[in-house]
Amino acid sequence: MDEKDYLKDISEIKNLMNRSSRFISLSGLSGIFAGIYAMAGAAIGYIYLFPKPGEYLTLHSWNFKLLLALLASVALLSIVTAYLLTTLRAKKNNEKIWDTTTRRLLFNFLIPLVTGGIYIIIKLNSQHYGLTASLMLIFYGLALVNASKYTIGNVKYLGYAQIIIGLICAALPGYGLWFWLLGFGLFHIIYGSIMYLKERKD
Amino acid sequence: MGIIDNINKLFDHRIRLGIMSILVVNEDADFNRLKELLDVTDGNLASHIKALEQAEYILVEKSFVGRKPNTNYIITKLGKAAFTKHIEALEKLIQKPEK
Repeated sequence: MDEKDYLKDISEIKNLMNRSSRFISLSGLSGIFAGIYAMAGAAIGYIYLFPKPGEYLTLHSWNFKLLLALLASVALLSIVTAYLLTTLRAKKNNEKIWDTTTRRLLFNFLIPLVTGGIYIIIKLNSQHYGLTASLMLIFYGLALVNASKYTIGNVKYLGYAQIIIGLICAALPGYGLWFWLLGFGLFHIIYGSIMYLKERKD
Repeated sequence: MGIIDNINKLFDHRIRLGIMSILVVNEDADFNRLKELLDVTDGNLASHIKALEQAEYILVEKSFVGRKPNTNYIITKLGKAAFTKHIEALEKLIQKPEK
């Protein structure tokens, strides 16, 4: 066997390792959209639903329920967009979207996320709203870092960034919405744009 | 000298090398998954799996999913070590300057 064959061996090994363990097709555009939805959601929430100075947000008020519905719609829209864009890309590249790697990716992503979600709901039920934004950022960041083992790209850095601002947010009570906007809005848009530009270059 | 000794004869085949590459980065993989990734026929894949199993580089785990038999393959410590050694040898061979 000569050198060329060895080189071919190595590239084949790399290719198989990546294809078998990493879910390639998460598109940068879905990050940008998620960021835009989050920003729009935060704006609507801030203008229409947040308590005015002197008012309180109580658990059974309609504001609070609408706020939760708003949050759920932002999450749902982001997921649907990511799903559609990813399926489209996978089809174009002739990749399968639902295989063992995707299942592992989702499973590892959901463990911290669901843990955090349940924790936040328990806290809300005992009237602790103060840290909601911070907890969302931290657990979302952990979910990204945990899932990054199964993706190509730099999603773990987005995860680190979310964890860091989540912690800063916990130290600065009262600015939750702004940190939430920064993490879920701006960071998603920045990350998505970087990924998108990279994809176009390839 | 010496480098060639580390080239593993058993890995001198695209499919066997492929099986090891997949198993080294995955906790496990089943028959169909390997088949799909490597794009080979059942018989061909089975014979290469047998060779790796006999060398104790991989472990075969049979189970049932519902009523369907399912076979999972897992890399052994020995297999992982052999594979790493092989890759290092390949890298050294490539880095070697032209004679």
